[in-house]
This record gives sequence, C-alpha cells and structure tokens, in this order.
Amino acid sequence: MPEFLDDFLFTYQTLIYALGVNGLLALSMYVVLALGQLSLGQAAFMGLGAYVSALLTVKLGLPFPLVLLAAMLAPALAALCVGAPTLRLSGVYLALATIGLGEVQRIFFINSELTGGALGLSGIPTKGGLISIYGSLALALIAFAFVARSKIGRAMEAMREDELAAGALGVDLPAYKLGALVVSAMLAGLAGALNAHVSSFISPNDYGFDAAVTILSFALLGGIGSPFGPVLGAFILTLLPEVLRPLADYKTVVNGSIIVLAVIFMPRGLLAWRMGRAGAATGRPK
Amino acid sequence: MSAPRLDVDCLTVRFGGLAAVDDVSFSVAPGTVHGLIGPNGAGKTTTFNLICGLIAPTGGAIRLDGRRIDALPSWGRAQLGLARTFQNIRMFNDMSVLETLMTGMHANLAESLLASLLRLPSFRHAERAAIDKAWALIDFVGLTEAAHRRSGDLPYGDQRRLEIARALAGEPRLLLLDEPAAGMNPSETQALEALLETLKGRGVSMLLVEHDMRFVMRLCDQITVLNFGRKISEGSPREVRADPLVVEAYLGAKVARSLEAPP
Repeated sequence: MPEFLDDFLFTYQTLIYALGVNGLLALSMYVVLALGQLSLGQAAFMGLGAYVSALLTVKLGLPFPLVLLAAMLAPALAALCVGAPTLRLSGVYLALATIGLGEVQRIFFINSELTGGALGLSGIPTKGGLISIYGSLALALIAFAFVARSKIGRAMEAMREDELAAGALGVDLPAYKLGALVVSAMLAGLAGALNAHVSSFISPNDYGFDAAVTILSFALLGGIGSPFGPVLGAFILTLLPEVLRPLADYKTVVNGSIIVLAVIFMPRGLLAWRMGRAGAATGRPK
Repeated sequence: MSAPRLDVDCLTVRFGGLAAVDDVSFSVAPGTVHGLIGPNGAGKTTTFNLICGLIAPTGGAIRLDGRRIDALPSWGRAQLGLARTFQNIRMFNDMSVLETLMTGMHANLAESLLASLLRLPSFRHAERAAIDKAWALIDFVGLTEAAHRRSGDLPYGDQRRLEIARALAGEPRLLLLDEPAAGMNPSETQALEALLETLKGRGVSMLLVEHDMRFVMRLCDQITVLNFGRKISEGSPREVRADPLVVEAYLGAKVARSLEAPP
C-alpha cells in the first residue's frame, strides 16, 4: 500500500469505520421504514449484537464468522419476540415496544456482571476491519436494491402507501412486517458486532434512545425512495461533525440547523429519487 | 343451476345492540353481475366489508366456490381470488401505472426471495411475463399513453380504471366493486359502464354496490335490496323495480317514475 494512503487510513481510521457501520445501521432502518413501519429499536438491536459478539470473542474465543452469525441471530430473536405481538396492531405500537426493548436492555447491561455493568466491556480484540465492514455494506446494498425491484419491493411500497389496499391484493401484512423487522434487527446486530471489534470498547449508553433517533435521522435525511438514500444520509451525518470541527462550540447548532432545514425543504430526503419497482425492462412487448 | 361463486349465508353482524347486517343471504352465480342496493344506512357497505374481510361477522357463513372464507383475513381471501375496488380510490401514488398493475398480480406471481436476490432465470421470466401481462391490461382499460406515468397524477376517471385493472390483474374469481361510479361525471360513468360491460362479456363475476340506479339496473343480472340491515327483495332488475316494498323503502315515487321513462 502506498505510504500516503497508509497514513490517511491510520489518521482517519475511526471515521472510516464509523461511516461503514452507520451505513449498515441506516439500511437496517430503511427496511422497516420502506413498508411504513417505525421502529426505534435499531440501537437496541445493535447493542445486542455488539454485546453478544464481544462476549463470544472474549469469553469463548469463537471464530469471527461464527461470532458475526450469533450477533445477527440474537437480535433476530429479540425482534421476533417484540414484533410478533405488536405488529398485528397498526400505528405506533411497534415504536413504543421497541423503545421499551431498548431501555430494558440498557438497564440489564448496566446491572449485569456478565456484561461489565456501567463500565462496559473493554479489551475486545480487533477483528474484521475495512473489508468486513464495507463488504457487508456493499452486499446489503445490492441485496436491497435487487429486492426493491421485485414482487417483494412492490408489496413493501404498496404497504407504505396504503396498507388496506395492499392487503386487498393478497399481501400478507403481518408476515411482511415481521420479516422486515427481523432482517432489520440482523443488520443492526451485524453493525454492532463489526463496530465492537474495531473499537475495542463498548458500554451500555452507546445504545440508548439518542442512538436510536440518530439512526432514524440517517434514513429520513437521506430519503427512503431507494436504499441508497439512507446510506447517503448516514455518510453526511457522520461526516458533518468532523467537517464542522473548526466551529468548535457552534458545531452542534449548525449541525442541527442543517438537519432541520433539510427536513423542511427536502421532505423526501436529499436523494429524492425513487427506484423503479420492476425487475426487468418495462418496455412494451414486441 | 351451477354452484354459486359467492354464497352469503345468514350473515349477521352486531355492533352492541344494533344489528347492522341481520340474517342476510344471497348468492352470486359465476359469470354474472350481482347488485347490492339499498338506501343510506341499509348495511350495503357493512356487508361489503364483511365479504372482503375488514369486519368479522357475528354469525353466518361466507363461501367462495364452496370454500368457507369468513375466518380468513382480507389478504387470505384475496389470495383465494377475491378482488375489490374502494369507494374512495386507493392508489399507490408514487408507482407508475405499470408497477401498480404488477403489484396487483402479487398473489399469483411465483418469485421466491432467493430467486429475486440472485436474479435467477425463474425470476427474470416471472417479471417479464408480469410486465407483458400488465401491458395487455393497460391496453384493455385504455391507459396506453399513461403506462409510465405516476398513478397519483392521473385524472379521477383514469384512476378508477386503473384501480379496476389492478383488481383484475390477480385474475380474481369474483370482483367486488364498491360504488365505482361515485364522484364521476356522466361521460366518465359512461366509459366505466362500457368497461364493466366488456368484463361481463368476458365472464368476470362481479358484486356491485352502487347508488346510481340507472347504472345498476342496466348492468346487473340479479339485485339484492337491503333496508335496515335486512334483505327486503331480490330478483332481476325488472322484478326488483316492480316490487312495491322496494319502491316504498328505497326508490321513492320520484325515482320510480324516472326509471319508467325510457333512458
């Protein structure tokens, strides 16, 4: 690797990792918003993935791929437990239940000895890195883009636009909602595990309500017309504080103002482009 | 007589002490258009919602081609071939006309998640076939010029045609139409009637709830009349029109006279 690139990576390593991890989190938010649901449990799912993976690595020394798999399955199970009873109802119940999940989990992490209490877990060995983070992001992005242009993508958009009409066309509403929440939890768990293994330290308060709202703002700022919007939103909101660093104390004010202005003047997000929904060329047959 | 496509048997729903639909029975024969009429508050819309699964009945049975469907959710009924349109049109605004029709094929489209992710040949063929079928429907309902337009931007009459086409895209056994002529001007109503006539000619079974009496009388083979949640009359348009109970309960002297005049 050329020396200047090496220096660059070393200097901005944390930021480069954060961009990829936040991109994954934005996609985990996207898959739920794309069918018109609101989950505020992304941070909790991320935290669960982070803790499960860290414990498996530190205490049991399991191989990294296996650790990542477990970090996806544990949040998936949590999503099933929260989603199955609440997704039969419409409205804000999922949002409320997932806030609850996040708080319960945070209090548990603070009080359990296994998870290191309020001090969190430190000394997590470094594993993965650029390739596993950006590889996961690229794979997830491609998968979502393909699914968006299929029967499933059409059903999801139909649900977001008009759930009643989607149901009348035979879309199994509870199955779709639960499926989306589980996929979302798996992605957030993966992001949590990847992040834990590049930052060596995790603590309960990294995965609180603030984090959940930040993840939501990634998707809303970027726009949910395509999976690319949320990733763009995550990149911008991760970079913005760094770019605004010279403003010192005024940094958060300007950061917040930019978000507010973007939401007011670009309600469909920065990337308002809506991805087509057909999986083949839509021209008239010859 | 052939087995009924839709069989509604002693259907009842109570909201507290009020029987909004009270022991109503009727059936729709395959390939016919059946009208459901009655004055405001007669229970037409409630009956309609019971049939498509938005309300659970207190008693009675609903059968589609002999199979009980009254315990199924709305999407389960749709998967068995029950399609509907809405009184207040419900569009997927951001979708193009073509995408809307592909969405209408949801229940019949065999595309697994894995095939979609890997873009397997089976997926490509299914999508191509769906697009071809959508074009055929677009031509059929006369939306050829609008195929790639955003469906939320179409004029009202076109949205109604699109909604009907979306329901047809699933090749339903029975098409439920909830006041399709509501809010239409006379020329739009005429175009709609021509479309429904064509469908009827193609053997599509339909159940129609409608206020426009001329429309109902011209289109329907059989009519069921409800009043205060009960069935008060049933028969061909001619029979129903002549039924003094119906005239008294619903049509009123003025409308009855206007129906006697040649259209």
